[in-house]
Amino acid sequence: MRWLLLKDLQILRRSPLLVALLIVYPILIALLIGSALSRGPGNPSIAIFNEVPAEQRTFEVGGSSVNADEYLPQLSRSVDVVSAESREEAIRLVEQGRVLAAVILPPDIAEQLASGRRQPTIEVAYNGEDPVKQRYVESVVKARMADANAALTEKYEQVTLRYIDMLRDGGELTILGREVPILGLRDSRRILDSVIATLPRDAPERTALDQVNRFATLAIQNLGVSTDVLRSVGEPIAVRQTVIGGRRTPLDDYAIAVAAAVSLLFLTVLLAAGLLALEREEHAFSRLVRGLVSKLGLLAEKVGLAALCSLLVTLALLVGLGLFFVELDFARMPLWLAALALGSTAFAALGVALGGLAREVRAASLLAFLLSLPIAFLALVPAGSVSGWAADAIAVVCALFPFKATLQALDVALNDAPESFAAPLLHLAALTGLYVAIARLALRRFA
Amino acid sequence: MPNAGNNVAARGDRDAAAPPGRDAVPALAVAGLAKRYGERVALRDVSFEAGAGELVALTGPNGAGKTTLLSILAGIQPPDAGTVSRPPGEIGWVPQQPAVYSKLSVAENLRLFARLERVRDVDAAVRGMLEQTGLADRADDEVGRLSGGNRQRVNIAVGLLAAPPVLLLDEPSSSLDPRQRERLWEFIAALAARGTTVVYSTHNVQEAERHADRVLVLADGELLFCGTPAELEAAVDGEAAARGARDFETSFVRFLHERGH
Repeated sequence: MRWLLLKDLQILRRSPLLVALLIVYPILIALLIGSALSRGPGNPSIAIFNEVPAEQRTFEVGGSSVNADEYLPQLSRSVDVVSAESREEAIRLVEQGRVLAAVILPPDIAEQLASGRRQPTIEVAYNGEDPVKQRYVESVVKARMADANAALTEKYEQVTLRYIDMLRDGGELTILGREVPILGLRDSRRILDSVIATLPRDAPERTALDQVNRFATLAIQNLGVSTDVLRSVGEPIAVRQTVIGGRRTPLDDYAIAVAAAVSLLFLTVLLAAGLLALEREEHAFSRLVRGLVSKLGLLAEKVGLAALCSLLVTLALLVGLGLFFVELDFARMPLWLAALALGSTAFAALGVALGGLAREVRAASLLAFLLSLPIAFLALVPAGSVSGWAADAIAVVCALFPFKATLQALDVALNDAPESFAAPLLHLAALTGLYVAIARLALRRFA
Repeated sequence: MPNAGNNVAARGDRDAAAPPGRDAVPALAVAGLAKRYGERVALRDVSFEAGAGELVALTGPNGAGKTTLLSILAGIQPPDAGTVSRPPGEIGWVPQQPAVYSKLSVAENLRLFARLERVRDVDAAVRGMLEQTGLADRADDEVGRLSGGNRQRVNIAVGLLAAPPVLLLDEPSSSLDPRQRERLWEFIAALAARGTTVVYSTHNVQEAERHADRVLVLADGELLFCGTPAELEAAVDGEAAARGARDFETSFVRFLHERGH
């Protein structure tokens, strides 16, 4: 078998373009996926045309000044804002595809906000040519408007709470530029208490003043809890997140595991499938298996070579990432190696099964590529994000192919994810046996 | 094949004497071979013998079972019934398409297969085969860059590395031009002259008639004829004469047709 191994290495050495493609392509794909997963979507560009005159952007809410421009950063927090000089320019930017949408603030928005009588409405224009883009714009605009509304609500809440405090404790209110003292319920009750104390027990005014005093006491007590009530109105539901089982791995670290698994998948499956199909394409298969090497030995050689090559490349990828880009715990390298070894062996077994089914290298490579892409994609679909039957189907596919188990093993090895390490490794070992058996059956077609 | 020298085995020369070893213990004995692929019968009770140094041509129309018979003799697939006197390890196999690695050089291919064949002195075997096939000056060339004829030489050389007493060739001349074909037959005749039993398939009946000591005619898995080229010629010519036909190939087709094929 070692002579076959050396032969395959010689052939690989003489195919530098193929080897370069096999190494560069999966690494590129892995880095792209890893980058996309860890960073999320980039900020979309949105054009804003503010029709409100600059001098009218500050308005009074209950005697408190509010500047509408302060709330624009809420919009630009997760979008890149492009200022437009006119409504036409904003629309043109959308048509030219330079921005995702245009937000047009009407000239009377400040007035409407100040009056509180009518709900102000802003205009959002976007290109609906693409349903995916349309949905994305809707969700982005809704989310940003919710942020702006929340910020305004907070401002209104502060103003209202100040009034309530003043009503309860007294203070000074500015009316027409003059400071007007406000007595407050507490002081009113104190005055009432002192007045009632001076009255005879049977004085007829006493009953009426007692009623007013009880009202003041009740109002003070209830206004005391109004702060919490108002906060509840502003943010009715607070979220407390509890991770039940599953992962706590940060997204960036998980992306490294995904990048490694994708790299390992493409490289190993393509290499193993191609190496086996080459034996048939070169017509050497029948010569080899007539006593020179057993069919199982031939499969073992291809699996071993493909797994070893891809393990080394992926390990180099991880070491490179760990040294220059992300923080990886190199003390866990024995676990990395175990995960990479089992993962690459299972992928290689899948590769030889595909190589056994195909008649030539190109067909085997195409088959390997066509299969690898959806396997990786499906394994990355979050559970619960699809309907019941689709989730079940995805779970079955993930169990039948080695990507998900490899990803889990790598996540534990790289990120110390709180999951079992043995379970995915055993899963991979079982899949290796299954695919080698399929490959062995497929080789009957080779003869 | 330059080193075949003058041991050319034009059939006229070989007819003068009995084929070498024909009367001795057969180098290859096949008895009652049968093979089915599902409902289709690929081989039906095929039996024959070949002596040491004998050139045996296996001919017949496409789908006759020639390749199936050779692949069973080579040990690539098992028969459903019947026996072959030698194990696959004692039989050299040269498939129709050159079964060598195009990214390896001639010498590397020979060295690889010599090691896989567990040849005792690998370097000597490779050197000897390069000399024998006239490929010594192309030893370091990648096989993928060789002409079809030279690739076929490497293919045959690999089959001969273990010095097998019996060599099987599946349509060895099918992809060669006339000049390469002549050189190939010279080489094969020289092998036979040195005592190697050569069994080859061809769908060209005239090639079988010209380059064989014995011809086996196979059709639909059935062995229709086993005899010398002269006996085949007599059988075919007899029928041709009865019908006034002159062309041997046409007569051979008629010969098969008369036997229900």
